[in-house]
Amino acid sequence: MDWSLIIKSLVTLGGLGLILGVILLIASIKLAVKVDEREARIRSVLPGANCGACGYPGCDGYAAAIAAGKAPLNSCSVGGPEVARKIGEIMGQEVTAAEPKVAVLICRGGKNEAPLRFQYKGAQNCRQAALLLGGPKACIYGCVGFGHCVTVCPVQAIRMGENRLPIIDERKCIGCGRCVTECPKGTLTLIPRRKLIYLACVSHDRGRAVKEVCSVGCIACGLCTRVCPVGALRMENNLPVMDFQKCIDCGICAHKCPTKSFIDRAPGRPKASINPRCTGCGECVKVCQFKAIEGEPGKQHRVIPEKCIGCGQCVLVCPVKAIDLVGALGHSVKTI
Amino acid sequence: MKLNPGQIFLAAFLVNNIILMRFIGLCPFFGVSTSVSTSIGMSAAVLFVMLLASWVSWVLYHAMLLPLGLVFLRTAVFILVIAALVQFVEMFLKRYIRNLYSAMGIYLPLITTNCAILAVTFFNINYNFNLLQATVFALGTAAGFALAIILFAAIRERLDDAPISPAFKGYPIAFIGAALVSLAFMGFTALFGIS
Repeated sequence: MDWSLIIKSLVTLGGLGLILGVILLIASIKLAVKVDEREARIRSVLPGANCGACGYPGCDGYAAAIAAGKAPLNSCSVGGPEVARKIGEIMGQEVTAAEPKVAVLICRGGKNEAPLRFQYKGAQNCRQAALLLGGPKACIYGCVGFGHCVTVCPVQAIRMGENRLPIIDERKCIGCGRCVTECPKGTLTLIPRRKLIYLACVSHDRGRAVKEVCSVGCIACGLCTRVCPVGALRMENNLPVMDFQKCIDCGICAHKCPTKSFIDRAPGRPKASINPRCTGCGECVKVCQFKAIEGEPGKQHRVIPEKCIGCGQCVLVCPVKAIDLVGALGHSVKTI
Repeated sequence: MKLNPGQIFLAAFLVNNIILMRFIGLCPFFGVSTSVSTSIGMSAAVLFVMLLASWVSWVLYHAMLLPLGLVFLRTAVFILVIAALVQFVEMFLKRYIRNLYSAMGIYLPLITTNCAILAVTFFNINYNFNLLQATVFALGTAAGFALAIILFAAIRERLDDAPISPAFKGYPIAFIGAALVSLAFMGFTALFGIS
């Protein structure tokens, strides 16, 4: 047994380990990077989804940018007003929260509504499929249907439906907009979470050209722009464009649209109901776009529930406040 | 056969490619080759660490282990020193060269105790390379690693979207692909090589 060799190796290896350990210890103190302590605190109140909706690479990047004073405090759409307020406290500033948003699919042409032009056998990926003549769907504007949005969603809020259109779970959606930027066709968009009505078509064609390729596509008839009581819609490049500031979520456009290209997110709509104060002036009959009110002049009118969509226009014009909206939620009378 | 530095580089780069011919360093080869951008970051980190490790281990071996007669300790000593060195370099980069750190920072600790790094330090000794030859060998090996992993990442990016039967999706098809790429590289063995 060569004890000297064992001792020699022990000393060498142990000594080497000790020296390296001491060097690393000194280095960790000397080379320590001073991190702004506000950055760590901001990072701790951010949601940590690393979705990139704020425009910075992940929550760490955003926290660093805020601490450096380079980023607005309310860019986090995921955290919403609550997080913006906490960041404001840390930075000692007043903040106004960003409006929470939700991603929606603005195409309704599934496999039953929008036929294919050709059989596509290539890579099962929206972006690659879209490169080939604009994708296999006859409508070159619509959703390609290979679920690229499903793969990019950081919170798994999107899944593919039976009809090869993505379904977005609004409760899970954090409104980061990743799917919107990744979609090769631009068939996804962000709308304010509190708004209920949106147009679900992106086709810039009109009339027959749309009818031939999709049964639910907007044919650019412009009816919605004429029926809108507040002028929130205007035609632009063969598509109605919604001004969400003006829109009152009445739902008239959605019910009047001949192709059903609008989507109403309201879980249910109220119905108008006329009480005995009614004088039978007939103002409500004139304003109702759905012929849902009937009655003889001078007598109490009544609402036909099957026709009423609960838009609330009659409530506004009634001179004696004889009409109420009752029933399902969606919006309350006050918002009108 | 005596090889000049150019031949050593080519041998390490192509003929004796560390991944495709020696099958060393397969874990980063499969783990980090999912996208081209990450594989480039990994390759940069490997080049950096491999060069440093070669120098340090070569000096340690010839100045300490050989004179003391402790050659059998080389595995433990090399791992210890390389790990500590990379730790130190990481701290140094974080403090002084922030851009380089954010470019390859996360890959540095990953590659520290990788077998590819350790293998290069051992080859340097087994082949009796001098310091210049060891440097060239490390450069060639790192370049070979980069070639293999970036090439393979490009293939895997395509595989992701290819219509592959579910049983083969993911790692199975990646391994089959790697085997085919490896077969192609075996064609180089007829040239020359270090052995």
